[in-house]
Amino acid sequence: MDVQAIREQFPILNQEVNGHPLVYLDSSATSQKPIQVIEAVDSYYRLHNSNVHRGVHTLGSRATDLYEGAREKVKNFINAKTSTEIIFNRGTTTALNIVAQSYGLANVSEGDEIVITPMEHHSNIIPWQQVAKVKGATLKYIPLQEDGTISLDDVRNIVTTNTKIVAVAHVSNVLGSINPVKEIATIAHENGAVIVVDGAQSAPHVNVDVQDLNCDFYAFSGHKMCAPTGIGVLYGKQELLEKMEPVEFGGEMIDFVEKYDSTWKELPWKFEGGTPIIAGAVGLGAAIDFLTDIGMDNIHAYEEKLAAYALDRLGAIDDLTIYGPKERAALVTFNLDDVHPHDVSTVLDTEGIAIRAGHHCAQVLMKWLNASATARASMYIYNTEEDIDRLVDGLLKTKEYFGNVSY
Amino acid sequence: MSHIDLDTLYRQVIMDHYKHPRNRGTFDDEPLTVEMNNPTCGDRIFLQFKLDGDVLEDLKFTGEGCSISLASASMMTQAVKGKTIKEALHLSELFSKMMLGEEVDFEEFGLDDIEALQGVSNFPPRIRCATLAWKAMEKVDQ
Repeated sequence: MDVQAIREQFPILNQEVNGHPLVYLDSSATSQKPIQVIEAVDSYYRLHNSNVHRGVHTLGSRATDLYEGAREKVKNFINAKTSTEIIFNRGTTTALNIVAQSYGLANVSEGDEIVITPMEHHSNIIPWQQVAKVKGATLKYIPLQEDGTISLDDVRNIVTTNTKIVAVAHVSNVLGSINPVKEIATIAHENGAVIVVDGAQSAPHVNVDVQDLNCDFYAFSGHKMCAPTGIGVLYGKQELLEKMEPVEFGGEMIDFVEKYDSTWKELPWKFEGGTPIIAGAVGLGAAIDFLTDIGMDNIHAYEEKLAAYALDRLGAIDDLTIYGPKERAALVTFNLDDVHPHDVSTVLDTEGIAIRAGHHCAQVLMKWLNASATARASMYIYNTEEDIDRLVDGLLKTKEYFGNVSY
Repeated sequence: MSHIDLDTLYRQVIMDHYKHPRNRGTFDDEPLTVEMNNPTCGDRIFLQFKLDGDVLEDLKFTGEGCSISLASASMMTQAVKGKTIKEALHLSELFSKMMLGEEVDFEEFGLDDIEALQGVSNFPPRIRCATLAWKAMEKVDQ
């Protein structure tokens, strides 16, 4: 993998921030976009823009072909059985809410259980809290091991025949831990539950095969994998999606509308009410082409190396705490003793280094870590060992700057 | 940017309030308590007031946050102690203006240290850190 050649595809990286070449280490929040994606969206609007699935003019069919072509690319990218299992929406949050509001409300009853983990992003906690509240169900947490991983014995203990839904992140956005979703899926199925996988942090970085994982639902966002913001995907097994009711009603998703009753289009369109995110889907299609050209396995191998290097170098800094297991995705969450992550982030920013500081939309996990906030450096295909070196230099400067500040 | 610019943010007096916060703690009895979070970053402040009529006779704070938010909380408690609620709200308004980079008369605060926070206005992502304690204090009126 030629990282320098990849970097050249990302125009935004070629700039100085606060007098230093930009080091972007916040890709878990959102990735940067390669020129191929920017140009795909640009040319869609310049040449093909039209509404889809309606009208009989040429632009209309071009836009429809591009939109449905993107769906086909997503289907191949995650190895779904058919493209009817691919529902476009705004992103992981929306996708998880569709599952909660449609499948959840219809299939969870009083006394049932929904099982999640403490490492979930808020978007994979709150929708289930809401379903549990409305239906009088119990929300249960699989405990975490000391290093932030999940033990399958715990999963077997927590998931029971009363469990209807198991919802779990494929990769934690804070700990970087990679969860054994395939094995968790088996345990869920043995107990008659479905498994919902939050793939926001896995789809951009690893080869995802939803059939091999045997997950019932898999949600991810385009913007974390080189595509524009505002486009995301819900994958669901055909037989489940077919039984589910839409959550949004209106244009695009109907078959026939009569005065007092209506019928829905077939999959996947019954879940895509309103004019869809056409340019976003086109951008996502271009992003998938870009990533598959590099090769997801190459990306994963490169990021593993980068994560190991980052762990090694950051781990050598005194008074720095790293959260999460050794084996991890390409992100490192940490704290410098006695320096608040905001202050760390501000000092790094003056050095042109962008990291995330805060609770990472994972307040339940922050409590478990006993930290009110943490700093996180997250990497992607365009990051290099030099970026990590710059981060380490910046952190040493931060330490020096704040000296022995404590109270 | 360089350390010279950083120094406009992290002035010595700010670091002093961060290291040695004034009025940090809680009262033994249970006076009026307000809580405010900065949901984007997890900063959190608890303010306790002792009111004498409409005068903020005494106040203390606890919480978690960065140097800017804790130093600002420390200064805020000093600035509004002994003021009426109306005066305190006026100072909060003045502080918000200062954060927007507007010219204000620092003498009104009656606390020279607050001027040191003026540099925060050059770091837009950090303005909410500095205003958190003031916004919490404004809740005394509710």
